[in-house]
Amino acid sequence: VKRANPATISISKILIANRGEIAVRIIRAARELGLATVQVFSQADRDMLAVKLADEAVEIGPPQAMKSYLNAEAILRAAASVGADAIHPGYGFLSENADFAASVEGAGLTFVGPSADAIRLMGDKARAREVAAAAGVPIVPGSQGRLTDFDHALALGRRIGFPLMIKALAGGGGRGIRVAEDADALGNLLPAAAAEAKAAFGDGGLYLERFIARARHVEVQILGDGADAIHLYERECSLQRRRQKLWEEAPAATLPVDVRERLCAAAVRLARAVAYRGAGTVEYLYDDETREFFFIEMNTRIQVEHPITEMVTGVDLVREMIRIAAGEKLRIRQDEVLLKGHAIECRINAEDPAKQFMPAPGVVTALRVPGEPGVRFDTMLYPGYVVPPFYDSLLGKLIVWDETRAAALARLDRALGELEVGGIPTTVPLHAALVRDADVAAARFHTRWLETWLATNPLTGAFPEQSGTEKALAL
Amino acid sequence: MAMKAFLSPLPGVFYRAPAPDKPPFKSEGDAVAAGDTVGLIEVMKTFTPVLAEEGGRLVKFLVENEDAIMAGQPLYELDR
Repeated sequence: VKRANPATISISKILIANRGEIAVRIIRAARELGLATVQVFSQADRDMLAVKLADEAVEIGPPQAMKSYLNAEAILRAAASVGADAIHPGYGFLSENADFAASVEGAGLTFVGPSADAIRLMGDKARAREVAAAAGVPIVPGSQGRLTDFDHALALGRRIGFPLMIKALAGGGGRGIRVAEDADALGNLLPAAAAEAKAAFGDGGLYLERFIARARHVEVQILGDGADAIHLYERECSLQRRRQKLWEEAPAATLPVDVRERLCAAAVRLARAVAYRGAGTVEYLYDDETREFFFIEMNTRIQVEHPITEMVTGVDLVREMIRIAAGEKLRIRQDEVLLKGHAIECRINAEDPAKQFMPAPGVVTALRVPGEPGVRFDTMLYPGYVVPPFYDSLLGKLIVWDETRAAALARLDRALGELEVGGIPTTVPLHAALVRDADVAAARFHTRWLETWLATNPLTGAFPEQSGTEKALAL
Repeated sequence: MAMKAFLSPLPGVFYRAPAPDKPPFKSEGDAVAAGDTVGLIEVMKTFTPVLAEEGGRLVKFLVENEDAIMAGQPLYELDR
């Protein structure tokens, strides 16, 4: 495929080692840069939108992610077979796998992301905390590094103070976290936590952190070129269920200006300390009452919720990360990053909020996408698409921008009313209820607010057409 | 002696054990009571237990561990 190459960047053919909406997003950015695109796909994803949009597509294995999107060898073989010179890992799957990044580079290809060393360092949560602390980033009081034995853990727990969280060193995405209210609970929970971490992540290593009951999740978007780094302000992702984000905003509505400056500057210090290259996110807990913020972890990939940052800064993050991977320097100075207006993202998942968010794959019989102004819908859906049961439930992200948060909420309400996904239940009814909630309107929430709200606001009659089982059987 | 095949209620990936390093819920030849867990189905990263609808002797699994399955696909056979 021969294309105009307005950017004249050093890579020419990019392979997307992912699926779903982010694969579509990456193809769009790559094409605008004049790159040829190669989409890999599992046997369950032959009909996915990214396969239709890419210049070339290569099947890499059976439906199970372990045998396809997590199969580094198959992906590298696919890249070699089509002569791709770069691989974009998207989010999830192999995106934060240091060995994969090293293999890609070892094969002479460009990995669109940070160095394998940076991924490995930030992926070890205990070492990441040490690096953050050394860079002057506040960290949650906790154990310094890996717990060596249960007696050690109990002694540390008493010193840190309860309640505290038991976390897996190799964990992420909120998985494998337990909260111990006191020393007895800690003693009881540790053995199972270690066994579960070993089973889930192949490493039974644990660490402890103080549990902040009413914290907000605030995260800073970073771009680095390996020498310099800038921030693109913060996002607030406090509305979560089972530690999975469902609604995100940029900027954080209640963050005082001086705290924003310190929190963003600290994230830049950390990115510089690890010579960060590409797009990354520094996650914090923020305590409204004390105005303290604490480093949680750094995600060394593009985030699901990156579009809200794009909406309030005007910077195309996926494009920039490709240009940086191609060896370019940062094209934007910190003082050129201007925060404008307010953006909100709702995750539209194939889950039934009226049935404890039961996942619901199946046929998308109809699709009506809300329109401009100020509305963006990043999705892999099209009418007739069959959502497979093998991967996560994200169908799309409804993103709105407006001059103020109040206007953005009104616009979101309007856009949710226009959005129609037929044939399968989705999280749209949840978002439609949240957008009219008084606490949401006032940004009065924290990371456990949504679960409490769900307990008292059952969403019934959300999906009238078919029961989950009937629909699943129809697949 | 009557053989009966039981169908998967969901599409997804079938697992015979609670974790890779754990023994299977049931092996071929085992006695099964109604309500026993026979396997797990992973749908969009959520795990749902497959409960035996009836009791009997588990003669045969009709799918392999970690197979991708369709809703309505036969999973195992009981001799009742």
